Amino acid sequence: MSQVADYPGSVHAAEKTNYLNAEHSIKSWLLTVDHKRIAILYLISITVFFIIGGSMAALIRAELLTPAGDLISSDAYNKAFTIHGVTLIFFFLVPSIPAVLGNFLIPMMIGARDVAFTRLNLVSWYLFTIGGIFTICCLVVGGVDTGWTFYTPYSSSFSNTSVVLAVTGVFIAGFSSIATGLNFIVTVHKMRAPGMTWFKLPLFIWSNYATACIMVLGTPVLAITLFLVGVERVGRIGIFDPALGGDPILFQHLFWFYSHPAVYIMILPSMGVISELMACFSRNRVFGYDFVAYSSLALAGLSFVVWGHHLFTSGQSVYAGMAFSALSFLVAIPSAVKVFNWTATMYKGTVVLDSPMLYSLGFLGLFTIGGLTGLFLASLAVDVHLQDTYFVIAHFHYIMVGGAIMGFLGGLHFWWPKMTGRMYPETFGKLSALTIFIGFNLTFMPQFIMGYLGMPRRYHAYVPEFQVYHVLSSAGASVLIAGYAFTIAYLLWSLRYGEKASANPWAAKGLEWETPSPPPTENFNYKPVVHEEAYAYEPPVEDPEEEAHELA
Amino acid sequence: MPTNRRSKTPRRKRMSSPSDTIAVDAHGHGEHDELVSHQFEDLNQQTEAYSVGMWIFLVTELMFFGGLFAAYVIYRGKYHEGFIEAHHHLNVPLGGLNTAVLLTSSFSMALAVRSSMLGKWKSQIAYLYVTLICALGFLVIKAIEYTDKYHHHLIPGPNFNTEAFKDKGGELFMSLYFAMTGLHGIHVLVGVIVISVLIVRTWINRNRTMDYMPIEMSGLYWHFVDLIWIFLYPLLYLIGRA
Repeated sequence: MSQVADYPGSVHAAEKTNYLNAEHSIKSWLLTVDHKRIAILYLISITVFFIIGGSMAALIRAELLTPAGDLISSDAYNKAFTIHGVTLIFFFLVPSIPAVLGNFLIPMMIGARDVAFTRLNLVSWYLFTIGGIFTICCLVVGGVDTGWTFYTPYSSSFSNTSVVLAVTGVFIAGFSSIATGLNFIVTVHKMRAPGMTWFKLPLFIWSNYATACIMVLGTPVLAITLFLVGVERVGRIGIFDPALGGDPILFQHLFWFYSHPAVYIMILPSMGVISELMACFSRNRVFGYDFVAYSSLALAGLSFVVWGHHLFTSGQSVYAGMAFSALSFLVAIPSAVKVFNWTATMYKGTVVLDSPMLYSLGFLGLFTIGGLTGLFLASLAVDVHLQDTYFVIAHFHYIMVGGAIMGFLGGLHFWWPKMTGRMYPETFGKLSALTIFIGFNLTFMPQFIMGYLGMPRRYHAYVPEFQVYHVLSSAGASVLIAGYAFTIAYLLWSLRYGEKASANPWAAKGLEWETPSPPPTENFNYKPVVHEEAYAYEPPVEDPEEEAHELA
Repeated sequence: MPTNRRSKTPRRKRMSSPSDTIAVDAHGHGEHDELVSHQFEDLNQQTEAYSVGMWIFLVTELMFFGGLFAAYVIYRGKYHEGFIEAHHHLNVPLGGLNTAVLLTSSFSMALAVRSSMLGKWKSQIAYLYVTLICALGFLVIKAIEYTDKYHHHLIPGPNFNTEAFKDKGGELFMSLYFAMTGLHGIHVLVGVIVISVLIVRTWINRNRTMDYMPIEMSGLYWHFVDLIWIFLYPLLYLIGRA
């Protein structure tokens, strides 16, 4: 047995001082160095950006209902999809799971009192917020129309919008990402409780560790690239603009050197969440723990050698294209290892279909579709046809929304009782998981078809043949918005009216469930010592006599 | 309510590793408890965390400069002659002097770190002053070079003197020169601030046991800044001389 046996009565402890009610002043929140409070600060900030980015998506889908560009002007449309991309990628998806769930859970899962660098953790939130303010300012003074990719020379020489503000915002937020990644790596290396060896770590830690490595290695390259875009735009110094002697392909190489790994920053933590959920709601050990752990590292490693598949049609050499294509196919291996192992985890388990598990099953299906369509795009010849069409849009939304956001919501529901001390209403949770799943597929499935038929991305008006798909997609988007709004509403409701949560409402394994909900400021009222492996779920007992014996 | 029996568990054995300058007794209540932040068990764990964290930070710095080095390599290949021609506009003696100044500062930084390990605060402050003066000297020499470039209209932008160069390679070279040395200069400036803070800290805490990590980490940072220059100097000033 683990620590549970001699742990001071968890239910009663929940009534006592915890990290939420330890102090109440605004200052105690804004100057906190507690990783749990910082996670809550992040959760609030990213929700704001989620709403901004989501409203832009709504605007885009409304505009695309009709073939003519009649709702908003083409300039406004360009700004809408740019802000949609910039906020949701840099200010929602990248920090979503690492900075909220990771920040909250990593120290608890490894049995530490806090992350290694507590003040750096707070600094990272401030950097994130300052970066966010720049981006919002950019929105207020008229937006930016380059697309989230900031391709040069358009961004550095031609766009008349506030590119510098947006780029500065992303640049600053990048440092918050670096700080978070650095903190996680050191925390996982140096702060583990006695007995918590690497192969006893929950898989959530492994995938966040892999994510942190990508953040640390990739984000500085994005930072210097955006810095150079700013320098070129302000100082008219030629780095990327061919008219000034630069090379736009260099920008694409540098940009995608970060931004392809960034996709794995978004999806890897989500995979970590799914590993936790699959084990808990199947009441089973994760099948092939070592393989799932190593596959996270493999994905992180591969993420750095596939960026060229974004440049198949940009004038990159054919041989480079072939190499990048082959390497991109390799990504399928660790991804498939994960998908198969999660499926095998459910095999002979006792599957409980609570809302987190519904999200997790949704993830499994949507990620598989997103991943397999990625293979289409990794094939050189097929990509020439599909490049810059809605097929690409649908593919990466299946990964980033179908994968990353489903994982985030699943994890948020799973750990909501731990973070807030309240249960969310389970029926509502199931309903919204189902709504989001249906809405998502209705939105993006038609985009695969129209993309394959030739509908280009980032177009404000289109030929009437595509209208039926756009109408389906917009209808799905409204279902999706309803699902998200409903989720936000009942989660807020549960903060006040939700049933009080016990220390371990899911009967889950893991150190974070052995401390009260919400946890005390120092996380544990005792010094955790780990004796058992991760996911020590008892296999279902088939013989009733044996069960009776065990209970006795 | 059951009592907490775990509190008597011995501290983590594997923690009591390398940094032997730090004494921690068997129960972890070392003589340096006031130096340990609340999230750490003991000074050893804190020291190791700082050290790993600093190295990872240096990796991110390397990636940061890496983007510029990549751009340099690509454009040097593309505009080989333009680069060779443009580099003659740089002042090699001043660049060489700056290299010597930075190497001296790195040496005195290493001596300051050593003094700190030996607990000699006076020599530590003295060596830090030498480092600081060298760092400021570097910036002054750099400023002289930049001013010279300004007078000759060699700063890329609207006033750039394109007549001085045969092709685009010249302007690109100057762009990269300012981007790379400018970014390096910002790092030197940060180093000046860090070293000044260290001097003040050392003075304030002269009669107390000091945490060794701040100076160790600043030393690592300073050597890194030095190392970047060691690459910048030949790449910018000395190409075409081999």
